[in-house]
Amino acid sequence: MKFALGRRMLLTMAAPVTAILFALVTSSIVLLASGSNPVAAFGDMVGHASKLETMVDIFNRATPLFIAGIAAAIGFRMNLFNIGVEGQYLLAGLVAAHVGSLFLLPPVIHFMFIMIVAMTVGGAYAGFAGVLKVTRGVNEVISTIMLNAIAISGLVAYLIRVWQAGDAIQGGVGRVGTTPIPESGLLPNLNGLLEIVTREVRQGKELTGMLIVAILVGVGYQVLVNRTRFGFDLRASGINPFAAQVGGVAPKRMVVIAMILSGAVAGLVGLPEVNSLGFFAANPIQGLGFTGIAVALLGRNHTAGIFVSALIFAFLDISSGVLQFTGAASREIVVIMQGVIILAAVVAYEVARRAREREEARAAAAALVEAPA
Amino acid sequence: MTWFKDAPPWLRWTAYAAFGVLILTIVQSLDDTNQLTSASSSQSMLRWGVPILLAGLGGLFSERAGVVNIGLEGMMILGTWFGAWGGVTFGPWWGIALGVLGGVLGGLLHAIATITFGVDHIISGVAINILAPGIARFLASEIFTGIPGGSITQSPRVPGVGNITFAFLAGGNFGAWKSPNLLGWIAEKDWFFVSDLASLGLGMVSRVSHMTLLALALVPFTGWLMWRTRFGLRLRICGERPEAGESQGINVYRYKYIGVLISGALAGLAGAFIASPELSGIYLQGQTNGRGFIGMAALIFGNWRPFGVLGGALLFGYPFGIGLRDLSGAASHSLVLVNAIGLAGVAIWALTRGKRTDAVLAGVLSAGAALWYFSTQFVPDVWKDVLPFVVVLLVLIFFAQRLRPPAADGLRYRKGET
Repeated sequence: MKFALGRRMLLTMAAPVTAILFALVTSSIVLLASGSNPVAAFGDMVGHASKLETMVDIFNRATPLFIAGIAAAIGFRMNLFNIGVEGQYLLAGLVAAHVGSLFLLPPVIHFMFIMIVAMTVGGAYAGFAGVLKVTRGVNEVISTIMLNAIAISGLVAYLIRVWQAGDAIQGGVGRVGTTPIPESGLLPNLNGLLEIVTREVRQGKELTGMLIVAILVGVGYQVLVNRTRFGFDLRASGINPFAAQVGGVAPKRMVVIAMILSGAVAGLVGLPEVNSLGFFAANPIQGLGFTGIAVALLGRNHTAGIFVSALIFAFLDISSGVLQFTGAASREIVVIMQGVIILAAVVAYEVARRAREREEARAAAAALVEAPA
Repeated sequence: MTWFKDAPPWLRWTAYAAFGVLILTIVQSLDDTNQLTSASSSQSMLRWGVPILLAGLGGLFSERAGVVNIGLEGMMILGTWFGAWGGVTFGPWWGIALGVLGGVLGGLLHAIATITFGVDHIISGVAINILAPGIARFLASEIFTGIPGGSITQSPRVPGVGNITFAFLAGGNFGAWKSPNLLGWIAEKDWFFVSDLASLGLGMVSRVSHMTLLALALVPFTGWLMWRTRFGLRLRICGERPEAGESQGINVYRYKYIGVLISGALAGLAGAFIASPELSGIYLQGQTNGRGFIGMAALIFGNWRPFGVLGGALLFGYPFGIGLRDLSGAASHSLVLVNAIGLAGVAIWALTRGKRTDAVLAGVLSAGAALWYFSTQFVPDVWKDVLPFVVVLLVLIFFAQRLRPPAADGLRYRKGET
């Protein structure tokens, strides 16, 4: 039995590793074909990433990706596709940053207030798709795609102009956005904590305080899904909704709650950027929601897996910046790598799943033969 | 009203369209604009509608074969890059051919993942939508930066294929002889409704790109292919009951592959059209701007039927066309009232069917839109960008139960399993 467990672990790990190797090979071929040296390019990236300042940047990018991954994973756990993480986090971040700039509250409470606003907006927006699914039979994939477009090119595009602060450039960061949030609404950076174990962080890089929030979200997800009645119902509904219903799980309620939870977590995705700038930028970082879906898929909806995937995607995003300076290759190669990784990973997981099923069937058949009649 | 219900569908839909134009005519007179029924509006509607139509037809081929394709957006992006590159390097028709090829490559990826490996269709589509912009940007950084006028985000000017102005209807040349412009003549008469109809018609028959003609011809062709040929029957059985097809000796995998590849080809064609001078005349990063998703919306709106897709494409292309030329914002404002009237229509329809909840919901929404219309002079310019998505949501909210997607759409199929 122990042997079988080891094999199973091996199969599980083999799939993502294969996917990443496959992505390395294909992108190397692409680089070679375009006349670049892949070894030099990847060498530059790894070299760049081993610097402390780059690592801080990587963690700063991994933080929202991890949160977005958890948001998508909550839906995936019960076979719900929340494609709308993208729209939810942009809308939630904007509203939260704006509302947060209107009040002056005591330090911790102010930040909590902003977080609650973000989670409420994200949850409500995603919950709408959930309600449409259970009351009107609208597929959540389609409705969240439509709601994405309505949020991004409609609500956010419009509200950012309404709420844009009068002075064009704020806080010396050279970016335009909403009115700055008072100091009390922002989390301090974690440089002090980091520098206990490392040297001093230079170049004005700051490790985002949202990392703490991300870790709490991760722990919360882990406990909620694996250790609570609700998590059991959620997973049961995902595996077999009819059986779950027979077991007393109200499927409609579960759909709405899962969507709200997923959206509430998605609402936090934009906050690291808001927190580092002090306001919501008129040109915010986009695409975190879609990458978050990829992160959840690569991480198999498990907390640890999502964490590692978020780091991998963040590494590719950030360390490729160095390619612009060394000229070893076009930095766009990493977007191709991300796409290939995710496509290869889902294929590899599917192949592994089928291999496992075959094995189980064989084992069951063998057990039947051995069992006395 | 039974005579109306018994009338052939094309007659009923013509009547609906005429009724719609009548509402537009009345509404625009309230707002002192003639944009809603101008020839330039209908021309823009057609131009914006074509990529939506092509993407929607692409979705139709894929979903009729049982494979959901939300990767249309990504395949369309590949189409814009390859279309622009082919157009710049080899000429306009090569641009179209290569755009199609780019889309087919995206379709092939989707087919391999979903059909051969049995990956969930939505997941594969999401992955393709992440991959495709990366490929386009990488290729642009490798190739367009080396061409004068190109950069990592855009291509040099893309040449276009020719266009045609119809003789007699719109005053096109008939050989060397310039024919009379019949619709233009009526449009100038300022007759209520009749001139508006003529004006809208005029926009759709003057300077029509050969690509547009090709796209429009694909609508009846798709209908014929899908419902009148053995190929179509076999493809559709793969989307309805693949096991039944299998029992008849049909190679289900092969038909699914064909459906998804055609889907990619049409999405690529849509991309090439966007990059052609008909719309942009250039490859620009992010220029598809969710049109692949609007194409999917048109497919759903059209209930997975080619003429329905055409209707959806024109309906969704219309606000884009209006918004493009509506500098004063008056026409976009008028559209809000049109929305209110449409919702009121839904409310009445729901009442006659005894659907109280629907009627109340539509009535409240209608009243809200009307209130918005009468309390403002202008609407934000983002309204035209989101209107298609809002309309799709509304259609889904009120008619999702009446739509009939292919029965096995989106389900994994493994040969020999049930």
